[in-house]
Amino acid sequence: MAEFHLNVDEDGIAIITWDVAEKAMNVMSSQGFVELDAHIDTVLGDDNIKGAVITSAKPDFAGGMDLNELGAARVSAGENPAQGIFDNVMHGHRILRKIERGGMDPKTLKGGKPIAAALPGTAAGIGIEVALACHRVFVSDRPGPKFGLPEILVGIFPGGGGTVRMLHKVGMANAMQLLSQGKMLSADKAAKAGYLDEVVPADDLISRAKDWVRGASDADIVKPWDKKGFKLPGGHAYHPAGMMNYVGAAAMLHGQTKGAYPAPKALLAVMYEASLVPFDVALEIEARWMTSVMMDPSSAAMIKSLFINKQALEKGANRPAGVPDMRVQKLGVLGAGLMGAGIAHVSAKAGIEVVLIDQSQEAVDKGKAYSETILDKAIARGRSTAEKKAAVLDRITATTDYAALKGCDLVVEAVFEDVGVKAEVNKLAEAQLGEGAIFATNTSTLPITDLAKASCDAGRFIGIHFFSPVEKMALVEIIKGRDTGDEAVAKALDFVRQIRKTPIVVNDARFFYANRCIVPYMNEGLRMLCEGVNPALIENAAKQMGMPLGPLQLGDETAIDLAYRIGKATRAAMGDAYQSTGTEEVVEYLYEAGRYGKKTKAGYYDYDEAGKRRGIWPGLAEKFPRAEDQPDVQEVMDRLALSQSFEAVRALEDDVLLDIREGDVGAILGWGFMPWSGGPFSYLDILGAGKAVRLGEELALKHGATFEPPKLLRDIAAAGEGFYARFGSQSKAAA
Amino acid sequence: MTQDAYIYDAIRSPRGKGRKDGSLHQVTALDLSSEMLNTIKDRNDLDATQVEDVIWGNVTQVGEQGACLARSAVLNSDLGEQLPGISINRFCASGLEAVNLGAAQVKAGVGSAYISGGVEMMGRVPMGSDGGAIAADPTLAMKSYFVPQGISADIIATEYGFTRDECDAYAVESQRRAAKAWDENRFERSIAPVKDRNGLTILDHDEYLRRGTDMQSLGALKPAFKEQGEVMPGFDAVALLKYPHLERINHVHHAGNSSGIVDGSAAVLIGSKEFGERNGLTPRARIKSMAKIGTDPTINLTGPVPVTEKILRENGMEIGDIDLFEVNEAFAAVVLRFMQAFDVDHEKVNLNGGAIAMGHPLGATGAMLISHLLDEMERADKETGLATLCVAAGMGSATILERV
Repeated sequence: MAEFHLNVDEDGIAIITWDVAEKAMNVMSSQGFVELDAHIDTVLGDDNIKGAVITSAKPDFAGGMDLNELGAARVSAGENPAQGIFDNVMHGHRILRKIERGGMDPKTLKGGKPIAAALPGTAAGIGIEVALACHRVFVSDRPGPKFGLPEILVGIFPGGGGTVRMLHKVGMANAMQLLSQGKMLSADKAAKAGYLDEVVPADDLISRAKDWVRGASDADIVKPWDKKGFKLPGGHAYHPAGMMNYVGAAAMLHGQTKGAYPAPKALLAVMYEASLVPFDVALEIEARWMTSVMMDPSSAAMIKSLFINKQALEKGANRPAGVPDMRVQKLGVLGAGLMGAGIAHVSAKAGIEVVLIDQSQEAVDKGKAYSETILDKAIARGRSTAEKKAAVLDRITATTDYAALKGCDLVVEAVFEDVGVKAEVNKLAEAQLGEGAIFATNTSTLPITDLAKASCDAGRFIGIHFFSPVEKMALVEIIKGRDTGDEAVAKALDFVRQIRKTPIVVNDARFFYANRCIVPYMNEGLRMLCEGVNPALIENAAKQMGMPLGPLQLGDETAIDLAYRIGKATRAAMGDAYQSTGTEEVVEYLYEAGRYGKKTKAGYYDYDEAGKRRGIWPGLAEKFPRAEDQPDVQEVMDRLALSQSFEAVRALEDDVLLDIREGDVGAILGWGFMPWSGGPFSYLDILGAGKAVRLGEELALKHGATFEPPKLLRDIAAAGEGFYARFGSQSKAAA
Repeated sequence: MTQDAYIYDAIRSPRGKGRKDGSLHQVTALDLSSEMLNTIKDRNDLDATQVEDVIWGNVTQVGEQGACLARSAVLNSDLGEQLPGISINRFCASGLEAVNLGAAQVKAGVGSAYISGGVEMMGRVPMGSDGGAIAADPTLAMKSYFVPQGISADIIATEYGFTRDECDAYAVESQRRAAKAWDENRFERSIAPVKDRNGLTILDHDEYLRRGTDMQSLGALKPAFKEQGEVMPGFDAVALLKYPHLERINHVHHAGNSSGIVDGSAAVLIGSKEFGERNGLTPRARIKSMAKIGTDPTINLTGPVPVTEKILRENGMEIGDIDLFEVNEAFAAVVLRFMQAFDVDHEKVNLNGGAIAMGHPLGATGAMLISHLLDEMERADKETGLATLCVAAGMGSATILERV
């Protein structure tokens, strides 16, 4: 057997060791389940074996299900996929339930064999679910590992008995709190939460688990829910103490998820239905809901984008072949404003030596202080220590002296968005850099190929577009100028990997990828405003379809004066080629009223003194009177969704975007594109290319060329394909 | 064969505060129900063997109100075991639905007489204590955008533009009218004081009434549904998913402009013309028509508008053909919306006050509206009256009465 190994020691205690070959972290596969099942049968059937300890040969216990296998479950489940998935899930339930019953007589609850779990490190998803089925869970006190059920984050819910077991252990309210957020917890917190039983010294892990198995009595291995008279903690859904919790939980979940995600709904539905029936029936309910979620295209898309493809990109799926390790040793950051300070911080935190440069010592000190503030907050929350803070700050040299850049192998310039200023600091920096160094510019709007003209070597010049705030935003957009070479791309990718962010690599064109798509979204919102559409409807429709911010709120967050200036610059740059977006009027109106957005506590919204949004600015209704006929919310959502999605397709047509995986992952991480959909390309696949074309044509008639279906979409529709069917999991360049 | 259905009598108990210190808190739902049945029998010298069924509206059918209280009430009464009983639940319209079902069966020739009515001891059997999937089952709660009724009432106020002051002013007027009605003994014909087993009176008036309620006293009350709407668990977010054109929900309702939680019961004797003749009873009104509808469960309480449209349409009538209205005062905005939708003068609606002033014993209220309407039609000598109620989960019921 290749994934689980069985050894019986001289005391008659079986050690079942999880050790999936050729993987750094154990993941559960269908093969793994078969092997585990066989070992449990051996333990229960062999009179010489008294009990068992399930552990791992690796530093960690298990990372969860094999999501590649899970992602393919619908396809691999055969002709009747729902039946196939259901059977598989029930198969898992039966194995875990066999562990939980330990071979005891179900009536007398006697004669079972104790089975403990000994977790040397991190256990997530099925890793915790296997442990929850055991009679006692021991975990090493080694610092660092995390424990929990994070399934919800990739579009599913704990379907290996985790939902039902946690409901029975800690009650609906607590279990919802844990499982609906999917947070991974430290050992101590996980023990308090109910995931684990005992945190023990790392060296004693196995011996403590064996001791327990040796001494366990019949009563010790009976789960509370298998005893007579079990009462669900907090009460079932119609218990006087429980009912209002269920009513409230549904409303909270509905409000938070807008009903857009199948998995959280299913999670709560399982808890509700499971609360009303015996344990084994509850497991079957869990399996039926799990099947329905697995059959939902949204879940498949989320697993694909947020797990499989995100990980592939982070591992360098689009890294140029043959370029050796280009990890950054010493980083220069030019400009100590918000972006520069953020870049310096995340880099120093990743262990990179950083030189932070600006015009005055005061400016660079302020930039370094930004890092200090973040670290102090982390310490206050118990997420960092004074030693770690000191080490990070020690790695940042804050100076005005460009000579300090000597020895830097990467410089990231993050000064004011002005070609002249950028060219000037580029020259100053290049004078200090060695031959192999790469120069990167952090810009969200300026063409990289133009900026590269200031460089002595355009081949070693690249764009790295960070999102604000740097320490929070997971996406980094790497932009290749016309002449950017492979080493520069590899360098940028290796750097992004060092700072544990997710990269996408795009070609140079106005606004690159993320901003190119987000601008039409905001503009569509503003166009509707100009048409007299009720702004509340615009904002609510956006949130209802799963966008984190409505277009008007986003406008306030990203600053209206900036939009005004970018608009002006774009018009100037494009000259006669410029086509009106139909939104200039509203931006100008706000700009001239001095309403620059959240920072001025006045924008599309009114704000109170503390900067909290109070409501939509009544001045909008004066300038753009409410139209008599208001559109249906679905039409508003379609306009907001297709404006972004069609632009993403055009970016692909234009070779700005080279890989739909990057298009999808980048959209979710970069601007929060409806995560339930898996990204714009997955969204169009879910919608169906044919339907998207028809919808686009209808909208184009009413609302203009923005909605003219891109040719590529028409082609795909005509071929009866989808984007993933056509491009699969590879770069367009490679296809 | 169809025949007309007539109302021969309509009575109601006074409404007691639905609290531990309410006067009716010592009375069981069973006793109050059978007392109503006995009163109908005694007042009309009724031969109960001619009654086909007792149809009893009752919302929270658990505990003492459980296990078909209607049948228990019959067995506990003097009407005899030959009379069956059926408990029904159409939430707040249960009492009216009982009347409508009785009338429908008389019209259809299924039996010649029914006692229809209902009971709710809200202080003894708390509202909501019977559970309910619509609120607790997350699959349905999300599919139907469930919010509690107070939030629904606030959605109505927001959607149709009723301010806090307008709602409060409506409540003040309800109190004033109810007080005046009591002062002028306008309920005299219907009120059946609640007595104990010794014949001693426990309650003979609507004790929930607050005389002298004014804008100032109501102004001091905090909105009752703001917290659950905006903070925990945040029902407003659910409401906005259903009503995305609203920026926020304006929370205007509170205990003073919403219906009161009370104990009470009511009963109506319905029969064919031939039944009346046989028993020497004079009909008070003809039940001209009945209707019910289902509508949006989130805004929930707008049902009186479409159900009234439906019943008028089915009878070829116009709103102006109705002389008097009883629109249950579940919340001020419900009645304000009704008057707004039909442009009906407040001088035709709830002339003797309503549930805001006197309380809303859920299962009984519909039958109480029938007695209110009859009393006023007779007092003011009006021909045609309409009673309607909003109903939880987005329903509505209505009945049109015509004097004979």
